Amino acid sequence: MLERGEVANSWRRERWDSLRLLTPNWQTRLPGQRYDGPDPDGYQTMGEVTAFLDAYATASGAPVRTGTNVTSLRRADGGYVATTSNGRIHCRTVVIASGACNQPTVPPFAEAVPKTVTRLTPFDYRGPAQLPDGGVLVVGASATGVQLAAELRRAGRPVILSVGEHVRLPRTYRGRDVLWWMDASGLWDQRYDEVDDLARARRLPSPQLVGTPERTTLDLNALAAMGVELVGRLAAVRDGRALFSGGLRNVFSLADLKLRRLLDTFDEWAAGRDIDVDPPERFAPTAAAETARLQLDLHSSEVRTVLWATGFRPDYRWLDVPVIDAKGRLTHDGGVVDSPGLYALGLPLLRRRKSTFIHGIEDDARDVIDHLARHLAAPR
Amino acid sequence: MTIVDNGVNVKALLDAREVLKDAAEAAQFTWRATSKWQKGVHSTTTIQNFFGLGQEQSHKAEAVFDADHPEVFAAEDNGITPIEYLLVGLASCLTAGVASVAQNRGIQLRSVESTVEGNHDIRGILGVDGDVRNGFNNIKVTFTIDADASQQEIEALVAQSQKRSAVFDALTNPTDVTVEVA
Repeated sequence: MLERGEVANSWRRERWDSLRLLTPNWQTRLPGQRYDGPDPDGYQTMGEVTAFLDAYATASGAPVRTGTNVTSLRRADGGYVATTSNGRIHCRTVVIASGACNQPTVPPFAEAVPKTVTRLTPFDYRGPAQLPDGGVLVVGASATGVQLAAELRRAGRPVILSVGEHVRLPRTYRGRDVLWWMDASGLWDQRYDEVDDLARARRLPSPQLVGTPERTTLDLNALAAMGVELVGRLAAVRDGRALFSGGLRNVFSLADLKLRRLLDTFDEWAAGRDIDVDPPERFAPTAAAETARLQLDLHSSEVRTVLWATGFRPDYRWLDVPVIDAKGRLTHDGGVVDSPGLYALGLPLLRRRKSTFIHGIEDDARDVIDHLARHLAAPR
Repeated sequence: MTIVDNGVNVKALLDAREVLKDAAEAAQFTWRATSKWQKGVHSTTTIQNFFGLGQEQSHKAEAVFDADHPEVFAAEDNGITPIEYLLVGLASCLTAGVASVAQNRGIQLRSVESTVEGNHDIRGILGVDGDVRNGFNNIKVTFTIDADASQQEIEALVAQSQKRSAVFDALTNPTDVTVEVA
């Protein structure tokens, strides 16, 4: 097991200070290890997550070689050869478990933002104090964008949040964590070969959730109530002006409708089952302001920082095997890569909707390792 | 089982989507119009040919559109105003989207009607006030749909038709426009 840094490296170094897991503690589990503290409904801080993973690495006796960066992987006789910062390794099979969030994605017009404006990605961001005084434009309204917008607003910053298509979720539904519903109703177990449009499902932005001790919902209505100004998707930066889409109401509608369908699914599942939940609820539609601004002059001092919460992508620059598509994504069938002996784990909807959650890896790993074991057992 | 028929060949559209996944070249279309000044602010614009699927294409017939200004603008009103053509484009594009999405989702439509209102402060184009824009301040589309579907499903049709609409995108997002003299 090769690790470029330390165990839980990305949780240690590539996340902002206030981040907590989106999954409640009782759900944050790995084979043979689960949370046994006093707050099963709480959400782990980054310190707690790294301690959890450290403990698992120790308990499982996983042969982790830390500080070993893979700079190249290519096919070699009957298998692969990995070039690392600690020498070469020959092997018959490889599992790529480097994750889906190695690099922040920024839109192509990011370069057009005037240099007088500080530009940050979530990899650079640690907390509000690091930003120059003044307003912030947060671009993107997935989990990252809504969390950073809320944190900056709470720190007294004027915040404009640019919103494209997004996934709205309440933190709790009928008295239970919404992720309990995803789990219990079986939705998270939905398999990759049962999903209608897999490519689209794999690109789905992370839901608007935050883990806080108060278990608060952080949807766009909550942000607007805090004084965050909502604008449309950032469509272009032209002559120093940010131009926002006029289609904001439709992305609100799309997300509200999807949320209602999801809650309907939960209610149908719950009906007639003997489970301890509150009565069904429905949430107010996302409220659109009378007018949303379509432009923002980035040369004015209204906004001093642009924070790109526009997603992440994997980094396969080290992978010298032709299994990357034109969009930079790994070509695989449920983690079985189209190159004998090469596998992947921990990518969005790899085999199930829960694939990218800590507890979601277990079932995927069993399936992928079954295939890998058969590959090793097959006569060469 | 009743057969849903809104007259949209969804299979052809889905097949095209599959084929064009790996054929970006063939997906490049160029739509063309040629326009000719008549008199005053009256012009006629003609559309017949376009390019797509790697070759020149043609509509079955040439279509001619008159544009003019109304009499309250001291013009002859030989046709609708140019900005009203945007409403034609938006309404017809969203309606086509509703029909296509409904077909794909197995929803039988009985009637789809919409009204489109574009609010326009003409002090912009007259140069009265530099703070007023030339184009629409906002546009509102209201659909009335009769279909074998719940209110929620109908709302989803309309939302999805916006998501996949060329004209909705062209109106809500900036487009790079070049105008030059040949």
